[in-house]
Amino acid sequence: MWKWLHPYAKTEKAYQLCSSLSPWFWTGAIICLLIGTVWGLAFAPSDYQQGDSFRIIYIHVPAAILSMSTYVAMAVAALVGIVWQWRTAFMSMIALAPVGALMTFIALFTGAAWGKPMWGAWWVWDARLTSELILLFLYFGVMALYSAFDDKQQAGKAAGVMALVGVVNIPIIHYSVEWWNTLHQGATISKFDKPSIAPEMLWPLLINLLGFALFIGAVTVVRLQNEIVRRELHRPWVQQLACSKLDANLEHNDAV
Amino acid sequence: MQFESLNAFLNMGGYALYVWLSFGVTFLSMGVLALQTKVESKVLLQKVLKEQQRRQRIKLARQKKPAYSNMKSDS
Repeated sequence: MWKWLHPYAKTEKAYQLCSSLSPWFWTGAIICLLIGTVWGLAFAPSDYQQGDSFRIIYIHVPAAILSMSTYVAMAVAALVGIVWQWRTAFMSMIALAPVGALMTFIALFTGAAWGKPMWGAWWVWDARLTSELILLFLYFGVMALYSAFDDKQQAGKAAGVMALVGVVNIPIIHYSVEWWNTLHQGATISKFDKPSIAPEMLWPLLINLLGFALFIGAVTVVRLQNEIVRRELHRPWVQQLACSKLDANLEHNDAV
Repeated sequence: MQFESLNAFLNMGGYALYVWLSFGVTFLSMGVLALQTKVESKVLLQKVLKEQQRRQRIKLARQKKPAYSNMKSDS
């Protein structure tokens, strides 16, 4: 497996891998999000307690779960970068950060818009909400630290250490609803042995979860490509690539 | 279909503001990030091409006036 994995430490190989993955991620994300959202909004039965406001779950829960998974993925990339000195690992780390921050923002925002009708407040300083807000600041911290250095390898190390330290927040977010008396309700779908949600409500949720995950993948691979091009501006393979890509665009325009 | 009419669907059982606000902001922000990413990739490739042309121009200019560099190093 290591032999198979190793070439992707090289930027050129990583770029090619991203190119071949990208169309699958984009189409998959759009299809899943379309199906999951339409199903969740129009076809899933309404909740017996919360009425139709519960439909916010179809974006709130996927965004919240994936905001944490993206953080873990980012921290793993940081660890690989620090231990094996892979430049592409730091690049993936910084490619993941903005989309992870977006997921955290979506989880917080939709949570607020759900909290207002259900709890009567947009925001409360509850353990779950506060730890999720800290997650958003951790993402911002990683991005800010990375952009503060001119030497991007140094920047990767500094931001990577911060990403690794921040991992401590992930179990806090996950267990916050058990450790403290929170206003936020407990887990809904992670209890697979005894799920507390009806299957006709669960399916669109899982489809949207997949859709959000594919969206994160799609944005990440393109951002990784951007980061590679930005850091290797003068390498011959990048210049050839720019020529061939822009030529293809020109020919396409001529044909139209 | 859970809703009897389009109006009932848009009304979301009285929670229209919260539901549509959530979905609207979510997909808008996702769209903005995706668009920014795509635009950035195009801009970067154009930057690479510009840089390459600039270096070619410098190279050509040097080939045209080889005496210039000699003069400079002699003086």
